[in-house]
Amino acid sequence: MQWTINGQRYVAEVDVRTSLLDLAREHLGLTGSKKGCDHGQCGACTMLVNGRRVNSCLTLAVMHDGDEIMTIEGLGQVGNLHAMQSAFVKHDGYQCGYCTPGQICSAVGMLDEAKKGWASHASASLTDAELNDAEISERMSGNICRCAAYPNIVDAIREVAGLGDREPVLVAAGEVGA
Amino acid sequence: MSDVMMDDPLRPSGLAQGQQQILGRPLDRIDGPAKVAGAAIYAFEHAPDRVAVAAIVGTPVGAGRIIRIDTRAAEAIHGVVAVITDDPRMPAGQANSRAMPAFQTDTIFHYGQPVAIVVAETQAIANEAARLVHVEVEAAPGRFDPRAQPVEAKPGIGFLPPIEIGDVDSAMADAAVTLDATYTTPVHFPAALEPHATTAWWDGDAVTLRISNQVIGAARNTIAQALKVDKDKVRVLAPYVGGGFGGKTGVGAEAILAAIAAQHVGRPVKIALPRRQTAYMVHHRSDTVQRIRIGCDAAGHIAAMAHESVVAQNDQGQFLEPVPFGTLPLYAGKARRFTTGLVRVDLPETGAVRAPGEAVGTFAVECGMDEMAERLGLNPLAFRRLNEPTVDPTSGKPFSTRRMLDCYDEGARRFGWPDVLPDPASVRDGEWLVGIGMAAALRGNFTVKAEARVHVTPDGRAMVECDMTDIGTGTYTVLAQVAGEMLGLPIGRVDVRLGDTDLPPSAGSGGSFGAGSAGSAVALACEDILAELARRMNASPEELRLKDGCVMAGGRQVPLADLLRGEPLTGYGKTGPGKESQRTSQASHGVHFCEVAVNAVTGEVRVRRMLGVFDIGRVLNAKTARSQLIGGMAWGIAYALSEDAVVDTRTGTFVNPDFGEYHVAVSADIPALEAHFIEEIDDSANPVGAKGVGELGISGAGAAVVNAIYNATGVRVRAMPVTLDKLLADLPPI
Repeated sequence: MQWTINGQRYVAEVDVRTSLLDLAREHLGLTGSKKGCDHGQCGACTMLVNGRRVNSCLTLAVMHDGDEIMTIEGLGQVGNLHAMQSAFVKHDGYQCGYCTPGQICSAVGMLDEAKKGWASHASASLTDAELNDAEISERMSGNICRCAAYPNIVDAIREVAGLGDREPVLVAAGEVGA
Repeated sequence: MSDVMMDDPLRPSGLAQGQQQILGRPLDRIDGPAKVAGAAIYAFEHAPDRVAVAAIVGTPVGAGRIIRIDTRAAEAIHGVVAVITDDPRMPAGQANSRAMPAFQTDTIFHYGQPVAIVVAETQAIANEAARLVHVEVEAAPGRFDPRAQPVEAKPGIGFLPPIEIGDVDSAMADAAVTLDATYTTPVHFPAALEPHATTAWWDGDAVTLRISNQVIGAARNTIAQALKVDKDKVRVLAPYVGGGFGGKTGVGAEAILAAIAAQHVGRPVKIALPRRQTAYMVHHRSDTVQRIRIGCDAAGHIAAMAHESVVAQNDQGQFLEPVPFGTLPLYAGKARRFTTGLVRVDLPETGAVRAPGEAVGTFAVECGMDEMAERLGLNPLAFRRLNEPTVDPTSGKPFSTRRMLDCYDEGARRFGWPDVLPDPASVRDGEWLVGIGMAAALRGNFTVKAEARVHVTPDGRAMVECDMTDIGTGTYTVLAQVAGEMLGLPIGRVDVRLGDTDLPPSAGSGGSFGAGSAGSAVALACEDILAELARRMNASPEELRLKDGCVMAGGRQVPLADLLRGEPLTGYGKTGPGKESQRTSQASHGVHFCEVAVNAVTGEVRVRRMLGVFDIGRVLNAKTARSQLIGGMAWGIAYALSEDAVVDTRTGTFVNPDFGEYHVAVSADIPALEAHFIEEIDDSANPVGAKGVGELGISGAGAAVVNAIYNATGVRVRAMPVTLDKLLADLPPI
């Protein structure tokens, strides 16, 4: 079997039960992708496989022979951070850091999906998917952050997407819903 | 060494005179680049060579007796290194208590109680073999339903004894307006995203454990005791911890089991709990039943306040959720009663989860205050103001600092809280019912023993060292800010080493005492260094000013490096609670304001906006403090709306022990949240003057949401969480 991970070719024989996540973490020393639940519920293991975000704990390494895979280590490194990684630092889009590699890979993949016009549950219609806070939150809801840095993560993604800082949504209480 | 217990109010002169202007600033985390690049190393990663992987086998029933364990089928699997069932040091149940029962017992205390370790070449093999270990049991009926058990009124465990001041019953009878209501909260999982995990390896008779743990100094002692080795032979490492939330305060059984397994097989061993196993091998927050009684005169002055609760624990656990703890100093009122009753159950241990006591206690008291305000015809904010105490109404002690009224003012102004609340169910936005709610926040402040060492090196850098952990709280960064401020160094010239028991023993992360306690030890270590620098400058420490690597005194300015004469200078600080901690009543304070929309057709609740204002003493880093507060607020939203661990009372299992069914907040649940500060340095709390932050944000947050739901719909739900099934029947006509 062979995989191209972060631009580097890896060849290995693995137990057929090995998930793509365990291939990276246990066999190739790429521990940046995290294991939070090992059954596709938390998103900490998110990688980009042929450009699309994937829960790498839910897919087997042997299913990806020849695939191009990007993990957090390939996206950017200390001293050479990707724009999304820098934005997470600036906006404090993390606390404990455990979900963070998955959040960042997911955010990068998500922006690409939005750019292609793919709709989400929050979209007004199948053809109207303008990126806003509701869209970002909906599309990022497969990535759990137990520290709940969500507002800061949205801020970081807004910056990278070129949406700028969001306005505080303050309405005088007498006017609520008016 | 600077060794100063908190016997008197204290502000180290080097901190009072700090010139660097970095303490409190919203600086980026210094560990941030490593975290976002995936280079931060957690417990299960970067194991030594030849590491074997383990899986833990648990009991298949929740009560009864173990007859025998058949390991033959498991041992026959290719790649299995060992199956261990008989080491007398193996803990049964959780290892949080040092009085933990050993494996030798055949008693089953709860479902999933660990009984065997399978060690294998890979996780897949270990998991497969673990499934083949046959645990033969004699099942017995278990006490699986907490609500069906008898209540011990005075259980004699936990730190909060029953409190009775005056006569609540007669004060209630005499009161013009009263409330007597019972609220419930379910079991909550801490659910840190990093699974509880350990990598253990032996070198002769010494063992090292890289572990996911909040308080490694105490962990080292517990591990040494459990393994029956000298504590000098145990080294615990936790450079990064993927969240704790109380669940990692004690030592999980997996840590002891990993060390035992590593010794048995003569190789390093690592264990990470599968997500569903964390429900059984990690403690959870007890469910609670809470009766609130409030009695007032016609003007709204509280005369009676009672917060009586019942919580659960198994036969082994020593922890008792201190439900009314936050209510003790919250509001005035002469007659007071605070109790915590106990029911014994055959379920996994209950323990400290983020803000034990306040996180759930505030649901009852702050919803009760909202209900009472309505009965009095008062604005809930005005009712709270009216009953703001001038001294601690339970202990009679003076407050160290308490800026609750300022939090109310600032929060109301920023949120736009009205003098007259809209009537319940009176505001509509299309098919949504819109409402607002508020609640006070309070979390007791603790300072604990902490030590730290600081080196200044001839290259003009500083190194801070202690065995403190950073569980996402910002410890690396705030300790660097304390040292940089005092030593006159930019943040980039301060390094911080944490998470290693070879370093000075510190506070650990728990009870929101970490930053204040450890930061104070760092400040005192810097005082040590400043005293020596002053001597070398022929000046008094009070005359010294340090900035950007230069030391100034008496009109002279000398580069720090020159004063060091080529040799490093080391300071050592030590602090802890003292007479001042006893003399004063200490807490962090705050207030939450929230706006929700409830769908009139489906009952779906959306939090539209939420804003908090907090009094946390000195703000050490405005960015990381805000993050902790909004994280706590998000927990409050999830506690109010979704988090609910359901026990199958027939079997003692959890119905929903994973993220698929136990619903923590996700991004779509959480709107933009605001957190603001009222800053007053608390010199009675600790030398850096900081009070706890990490648990304050959750305190009262959920109650603000529930009160807003009431205002939106006119439906008062007293059983958390407020899921739509509890709202639908009583929603106003569409």
